[in-house]
Amino acid sequence: MAKNTDLHETRQTVTYTGVAGWIDRRLPVLTGFRAEYITYRMPANLNWLWNFGAILTVVLMVMLATGLFLAIHYTPSAADAFASVEAIDRQVPSGWLLRSIHMTGASLFMAALYIHLFRGLYYGSYKQPRELLWITGLVLLCMVMLTAFAGYVLPWGQMSYWGADVVGKAVGAVPGIGGWLEHFLQGGDAPGDVSLHRLFILHFFMAFAVLGVVVVHVAVLHVAGSGNPKGIEPPAATVPFHPYYSAKDAAGLVLFITVFAVLVFFFPAIVAEPENYRPANPMHTPADIEPEWYFLPFYGILQSVPSKFGGLVVSVGAIGLLFLAPWLDTSPVRSARYRPVYRLGIVGLVVAFVTLGLVGRHHAEGIWMIVGRIATLVYYGHFLLVMPWSTRRERTLPAGVEGTP
Amino acid sequence: MDSQAAPLPRRDFLTLATTATAAVGVGAFAWPFLDSLRPAGTDVGRLPIDVDVSAMKPGQQIAIVWRGNPVFITRRTPAALAALKQPALAPRLRDAASSAHQQPPYAANWHRSLSPEYGVVVGVCTHLGCVPGYMPDASASIPIENWPGGYACPCHGSKFDLAGRVFKGAPAPYNLPVPPHHMMAPGTLRVGENPPGETFDFGDIVQI
Repeated sequence: MAKNTDLHETRQTVTYTGVAGWIDRRLPVLTGFRAEYITYRMPANLNWLWNFGAILTVVLMVMLATGLFLAIHYTPSAADAFASVEAIDRQVPSGWLLRSIHMTGASLFMAALYIHLFRGLYYGSYKQPRELLWITGLVLLCMVMLTAFAGYVLPWGQMSYWGADVVGKAVGAVPGIGGWLEHFLQGGDAPGDVSLHRLFILHFFMAFAVLGVVVVHVAVLHVAGSGNPKGIEPPAATVPFHPYYSAKDAAGLVLFITVFAVLVFFFPAIVAEPENYRPANPMHTPADIEPEWYFLPFYGILQSVPSKFGGLVVSVGAIGLLFLAPWLDTSPVRSARYRPVYRLGIVGLVVAFVTLGLVGRHHAEGIWMIVGRIATLVYYGHFLLVMPWSTRRERTLPAGVEGTP
Repeated sequence: MDSQAAPLPRRDFLTLATTATAAVGVGAFAWPFLDSLRPAGTDVGRLPIDVDVSAMKPGQQIAIVWRGNPVFITRRTPAALAALKQPALAPRLRDAASSAHQQPPYAANWHRSLSPEYGVVVGVCTHLGCVPGYMPDASASIPIENWPGGYACPCHGSKFDLAGRVFKGAPAPYNLPVPPHHMMAPGTLRVGENPPGETFDFGDIVQI
């Protein structure tokens, strides 16, 4: 394991022969694949949190495949959407399985995305020279959230309809153009046939757009290379991607797929909302309407702010702040391991995020209103106070840790 | 240890086993996807259909849909039945005796149906699947010389007589298929079901 700063090894060049060689000389896909996924140098000290990139890639493929086959049976019209989804569950051979995989996959995709994001925040993956990697990742987060919202509307059940309605009203809260924008995006006075058509196309299109941005994300990653838990670069030791990380990614995938399968086959109700198995009814709002769990923290912020537009700004701002992380935190020390103050801020951030999720499940009144406001302040505090302040304090590695920060 | 002497090095074995397991997994995972493309619910479309033929006038044709295809039911006139029996007609037909398996055994006769009065044929040309037009009236020249009455396909000019037997000199190779049928009660024709005791399976015919 020689110390090697060059990620793309050139010593072990392989010359391909025959058909492979003919293609490779004209379009070096084999040489490229070898350089990026076989001999590619990886830090030797990555922990399990670095598994989630590969997991997300595979879940995306599963979502694309199941989504494509579900779209074959789905009818995007207000009159027929609900019945076509019921038919997928009850009549299409294996349709129940494809839909269960797609629904569970959506939840696990967001779960893995949040872990991946946490990994980035904790180990300073957003820092120079990986700012663009961080930003493409956040763009993906926004795109996936939009895709998830659009997908949730498609079954046109009660939660679908009222989810679309609430989001429409939130857009309507934008001062000045809000009312017009809501009417324009919705394609009418209330969510209906036109909205459903648009959201179906949006969902379908975004799925492939996400794939495209993932390619960019991975390409950017392979320029700077993976960070590592110590945050010391270049890392003390590197190993080739194959077999070390191909095997580790595969092992992580097996564990992840096991959890996935257990959810799909034994606990499908965890991700399904019973109320959404009633057809959309614009005349009756369900008693307890709340978004999917992965939107709850942002819904919690929305509820905690005592202003319709203010809530929207603070809620969207919570994601917007993430984009500023590389410039709010410019400490040369990457890893939270060697940054006690920053680490405390991260703990507060995670606690606030989970708390806001709980707040999102309750009506904004009494104690939940107060808890929600405190958690919102803690969330914002990590970015606007802890990041700049700890940048000035935490600039060196502790004694005994070798390497340049 | 001499690596060349070992029949299968440990690393190769692990790679092979992992690849094989992954291949089996991907194969199993592909099953629900392919399964979802399997046509479902066609049983309903294949149920027998009862048709009220009591009000049909001689010479009239009605069309129903069975198994997704048009089925023509005709009430033949005595003149039409006489035309089917003309000795001069048989040499002009490809399969006048209905020897190709395009009908139930009980319809392998000169009128290609259970009773001569009612004709029952699948209205899909055996050439390329267009729906032939009903031209029941005999004519000296239209659509062909010495036309006894029958069906003419608009696509490539195939011709069939009133029993669905195909004429020579046109592209269609086989007679029009005859579906299983029988009279449930006087005036009620059931299409898609054999008379009691018959075991004809429509799936066994040469082609639609």
